[in-house]
Amino acid sequence: MNWTAVRALYMFELARTWRTLFQSILTPVLTTSLYFVVFGSAIGSRMETIGGGSYGAFIIPGLMLLTILSESIANASFGIYLPRFTGTIYELLSAPVGVAETLLGYVGAAATKSVILALIILGTARCFVPFEIVHPFWAAGFLLLIAVSFCLFGFILGLWADGFEKLQVVPLMVVTPLTFLGGTFYSIDMLPEPWRTITLFNPIVYLVSGLRWAFYGTADINIAVSAGLTLAFMAACIVAIAWIFRTGYRLRT
Amino acid sequence: MVALMPPILVLSGLSKTYAGGHVALDSVDLEIRRGEIFALLGPNGAGKTTLIGAVCGLVRPTGGTITVDGVDAIREPRQVRARIGLVPQELSTDMFEHVAHTVGFSRGLFGKRRDDAVVERVLRSLSLWDKRDAKIMELSGGMKRRVLIAKALAHEPDILFLDEPTAGVDVELRRDMWKLIGALRDSGVTIILTTHYIEEAEEMADRIGVIDKGRIILVEEKQTLLAKLGRTEARFTLAAPMTALPADLADWPLALEDDGGTLRYTITAAETETRGLAALVRRLDALGVDYRTLDARRSSLEDIFVDLVEKGA
Repeated sequence: MNWTAVRALYMFELARTWRTLFQSILTPVLTTSLYFVVFGSAIGSRMETIGGGSYGAFIIPGLMLLTILSESIANASFGIYLPRFTGTIYELLSAPVGVAETLLGYVGAAATKSVILALIILGTARCFVPFEIVHPFWAAGFLLLIAVSFCLFGFILGLWADGFEKLQVVPLMVVTPLTFLGGTFYSIDMLPEPWRTITLFNPIVYLVSGLRWAFYGTADINIAVSAGLTLAFMAACIVAIAWIFRTGYRLRT
Repeated sequence: MVALMPPILVLSGLSKTYAGGHVALDSVDLEIRRGEIFALLGPNGAGKTTLIGAVCGLVRPTGGTITVDGVDAIREPRQVRARIGLVPQELSTDMFEHVAHTVGFSRGLFGKRRDDAVVERVLRSLSLWDKRDAKIMELSGGMKRRVLIAKALAHEPDILFLDEPTAGVDVELRRDMWKLIGALRDSGVTIILTTHYIEEAEEMADRIGVIDKGRIILVEEKQTLLAKLGRTEARFTLAAPMTALPADLADWPLALEDDGGTLRYTITAAETETRGLAALVRRLDALGVDYRTLDARRSSLEDIFVDLVEKGA
């Protein structure tokens, strides 16, 4: 294991984040604030309590995920797509590093950024609505798991993409809609059949529900199922990436 | 002395067929000596970059072996790659990075502990020290090329690959680059460079390999190559045209051109002992053959190269 290389890649990627601090950090904060103003304060104040808490508090886990899922994918995919696009990937390919160093460096940095974002959003939310986290360790662990999983997924996307449009398609056209429909703004118990059953095929439902359980102790779905599915997703991503590195797909000619 | 030591890099039967069926390397055997400058010459698409890519890990060979000091590069890529530096042909750089930072990054990526003294030494040797805090995007093309060399040297490699180091570099900078590469060799680095500027190989290389259509068609000491394949050519513009060569000159490597107005003399380096140009001049005087001008030149590597590649075709 080449730990010096892990450190070099990790610091390099984080430095890229600092350079683009404005769009990396401020944009998601601004977006989340707008959601809280509109849904939490303006509309939420006229709604009855849901799951034992205020509507504003209810939407926090879902809103965090809305940003973290798309940012994790976008950052991790861009991180590896950029050197492929500019040609600087030659250096990584000629260096004494393997899949482990590459993932720890690139995905580690992207996930770090996602976790920082999550904390900032949480802080922002606290300015708008009062809430308390029932299972803080579960919440932290589950968030980290989600961040890492979706960064891994983004990394695959960045390896597969052959143009900047493709990098945008998945977060915008798949993840964001699924997050909106995944119980961010409502409890899936509110849905009539058959929509409730159909919703259970949306993987994001399990993430939102799991995080909501960690926050408030109540959920649509058992936390074990949520955590199990997320772990399975992470494992699948790692297997896919290991395969990519072994065959050289899109990396080595 | 150098030749007696075991080679630092050995390619044997190295082959690469791309997914589309294109054969870029066709069973290449090549030994690189420790501490030499080896120039790999070849026309565009001959396989130069593929060969470098295969050794450096950018290209997956479809056959053959690569060993560096006896270590298999395909089975033990980490051990081998840590000893090799690569300067690619394209000016691929992280545009927003600062010079010293990007060189330090390269050192870390190759598993060497941070050492600002090494980075400083490398940057100074490439006249980049004044630019250490500049963004790469602000640099000229020649400086960007030097940044790439600095990155490749940051982990103090034993072997340095330079893919077309002077492509798109102006004449003066090219001279600087040659000096630099010479200095690197003097510091003990083995250098393998590709070029299609013959002048470059002639100026710097200890040995020359010619590659065409994925096959190494020749590997030779530069001096030997020039001596063996180099020719002297001379043209005599005759005062009075001849219809045929005089019988007295039948033994000489001569031919008539321009309707008998020009007498052309071509001789290989090996033959000049007995039938040198000076001897020919004396012979012509003795025979009373009068000429107005004499234009003589020795063939360069370029002529040799063109001959070889055309013969191979």
